[in-house]
Amino acid sequence: MSGTWIAVLVTAVCCYALKLAGLTVPPQWLAHPRAQRFATLVPVALLAALIAVQTVGRGESLAIDPARLAGLGAAAAALLLRAPFLVVILAAAGTAASLRALGVA
Amino acid sequence: MKQAARDGIALGLAVGTSGLAFGAAAVASGLSVAQACVLSLVAYTGASQFALAAAVAGGGNLIAGTASAILLGSRNGLYGLRLAGLLDFRGRFRLLAALGVTDESTAVALAQPAGGRPGRAAARAGFLATFGSLYLTWNAGTLAGALGAGRLGSPNTFGLDVVGPAAFLALLWPRLRAGRTERAVALAGAVIALAATPFCPPGLPVVLAAGAALGAALLPSGAAGTADAAQAPGPDRPAGPDRAAQTADERPCR
Repeated sequence: MSGTWIAVLVTAVCCYALKLAGLTVPPQWLAHPRAQRFATLVPVALLAALIAVQTVGRGESLAIDPARLAGLGAAAAALLLRAPFLVVILAAAGTAASLRALGVA
Repeated sequence: MKQAARDGIALGLAVGTSGLAFGAAAVASGLSVAQACVLSLVAYTGASQFALAAAVAGGGNLIAGTASAILLGSRNGLYGLRLAGLLDFRGRFRLLAALGVTDESTAVALAQPAGGRPGRAAARAGFLATFGSLYLTWNAGTLAGALGAGRLGSPNTFGLDVVGPAAFLALLWPRLRAGRTERAVALAGAVIALAATPFCPPGLPVVLAAGAALGAALLPSGAAGTADAAQAPGPDRPAGPDRAAQTADERPCR
């Protein structure tokens, strides 16, 4: 079995197990306010980190890709205009693809 | 209860189309069609799936990539803690319902008027309707996106490399609008990850970014922090103190 398959299966099983654990554990366990604050803030920190790394990261280094940055900018603009999720994605990919096709970036 | 089901079905159908984006991004990253589908069928949590695909695309440390995907999935466990008392599913049905715990199904269940048997029925109806429609469209979308992307050639030509970041930005957007604490934690998380990138295998910097949330949670937060702690993230969630940026922990990994 390849390393990728193992990563896929471990991720899949653990993500399901976490959901089941949450539904099974007594709610009092998360009574502490700081635990609740951590729970609500963790996705914010991780998603922001992913956006940053995927936009300007290349392996173990940082690299500016103008088309990719413009695509993310287009996504932000679409979100400011309250566009639905799919429109946001299409705006980002379309912008990056167009700039590359035109040879601008 | 009918309204809850209608809302859930509509939200599920709309959000589920983004399974296309995941399928396309997964195959562009180097995952096989089967691997993309297994993730959507069993993990069934968008952010984790995108995170693992990103680790595969980076050609980096699969262990760190898997760890960040699981850490991202841990919030579903925390949602579960809140949903357990609200939905009160038991026995074998709880094994099935657990699969359906996502941002969307949680949001719809918590949005129903609480109280007594009608409140529980509405929460259950909203949760199950969202689960059903989102699960079907997310998985159908994953398969279609994965098969389509295979015929398209270089993913960058079609801008598919920006689909992941754009999807995360869209998923994060409501929380960034929720308050200053969220924005400070997001900024600190991004800074930590970028600072750590040159020193760590791909995947690990994102895990380290959790330090931003830990710092913000451990800092003395006063009344604002305790008052809003029980609320799910949302536009009406009051802002806490803006101190998270001071907690950035940028230790290099080696």
